[in-house]
Amino acid sequence: MNAALPPLVGDGPDAPMSDCVLSSRVRLARNLIGFNFVNRSTHDQLSDIVHHVQSARLGGPFEAGTRWVNVQATAAVDRQMLFERNLISRPFVEATHPRCVAISGDESTSVMVNEEDHLRLQMLAPGMQLRALCDRMTALDVSIERTIEYAFHPRFGYLTACTTNLGTGIRVSAMLHLPALALVQELERVQRSAKELHLAIRGFHGEGTEALGDFYQVSNQTTLGRSERDIVEEFAGSILPQFVEYERAARRVLVERDPAALDDRVHRALGILRTCRLLSLEEAIKFLSRLRLGVALHRVEGIELALVNRLLLEVQPAHLSRAAGSPLGNGRDDRAARAEFVRGALR
Amino acid sequence: MERPCDCCPNPAVVHETLVHNGLKSEIHLCAEHAAERGYILPTVAGPALIAGKLLEKAAQSAPRAAKSCPNCAMTMAALRESGLLGCPHCYRHFEEELGGLVERTQEGATAHTGRHPAQSARLIDRAAARNRLARELREAVSREEYERAARLRDEMLALGADVDGGGSGSGQP
Repeated sequence: MNAALPPLVGDGPDAPMSDCVLSSRVRLARNLIGFNFVNRSTHDQLSDIVHHVQSARLGGPFEAGTRWVNVQATAAVDRQMLFERNLISRPFVEATHPRCVAISGDESTSVMVNEEDHLRLQMLAPGMQLRALCDRMTALDVSIERTIEYAFHPRFGYLTACTTNLGTGIRVSAMLHLPALALVQELERVQRSAKELHLAIRGFHGEGTEALGDFYQVSNQTTLGRSERDIVEEFAGSILPQFVEYERAARRVLVERDPAALDDRVHRALGILRTCRLLSLEEAIKFLSRLRLGVALHRVEGIELALVNRLLLEVQPAHLSRAAGSPLGNGRDDRAARAEFVRGALR
Repeated sequence: MERPCDCCPNPAVVHETLVHNGLKSEIHLCAEHAAERGYILPTVAGPALIAGKLLEKAAQSAPRAAKSCPNCAMTMAALRESGLLGCPHCYRHFEEELGGLVERTQEGATAHTGRHPAQSARLIDRAAARNRLARELREAVSREEYERAARLRDEMLALGADVDGGGSGSGQP
């Protein structure tokens, strides 16, 4: 029997800007003094790093309970589960070297040990909560540093394996839902302006993934030369509200220009989700995205944003496999199980 | 008067004033402790320094791939291929070569202006306390106040100092 999963990040309908922002994330890249970086360490050295970090007191959200997962010894379906819940990265799922992850009791925080850097600290929250996340992250970083000494250089700041993370090591990002901008064909312009603002735009699961269902992860690209506070302030105070305002304006255009077409699109999606018998992951996300737009615009009765957010997660292979109580994925056809699951949830 | 290193009684050769969040702090380090903290120092002085520079230039005109990190043996060629450095020492060893790469990947930024580890501030505090004790110890010995000297010595040991040698620095490998 599977243990109950904690409440989901991205499940908060009352979170700020939750109509357009699924979740916020802050991550720090840190390395330990006295060890080679991960790419230049032997198997034994990587094991030493794992032991070193596991013996440290992390503090912060980990005080209320910490789950250490030895990822090297974890089954593929469970690694996939951690990935779907945004607790570990895709390369961390697929690596074969000694590595582990610490997960806080509330799943808001995780520390990957031996990803590209020795430590990747990350915090997630629903909606737009970057400033609060950043404050909590700083407190955690200071707490960890009481027992672990970081590699730091007076000129280059916190030292990282790749120069793209150098300095602050901070990456702030938000998962945006931009279906109206896609419908009014303004997405290309948004992507261009993001590039001009030195932002990275990625797909549903971050680096190297496709933009399924018009979900885009936007993040800062440079980490050196500005303080953490300046990076977060620019992103949370100026850039992100502009994206959200642009999407909201496009939504108003859709409602005003052709409300029947909008309602048709939303309710057709709901109809398919409620009646289908075979549902691929790509289709599920596509139709859930359309439904999410309708729910956010109050065009659908009786369905909460939280439910749609939860389904976006639970239609993914490992979650589905867990819900069905049988091994799915790995090339097996899970479309029937997904259709049944979604029909049940939206009945 | 020569200023001693923050971590040991040796004369400081690196002097840096840091202003962080409006708070000013000074760092004074001897050659050994400066190298340990990642400061780049000329290894020789005077005319030898000039000769060293010339040698360095000659070394640079040789194939760059031959240069490797003394700690992890990473070469610039391997670094360019993977995009990853091998260890913290690489940043010191390849600082010159990395300057351009860092600027390119960081949209022109060349230096960190964000948070510093609180640990380094604490280490500097501890080093300052050790220096004060070392001075008092020298005075006590010169005045033949051996009981006081023994007590100061114990206090220094408690702070992690190497009383007979030049100080233990950061205390980490």
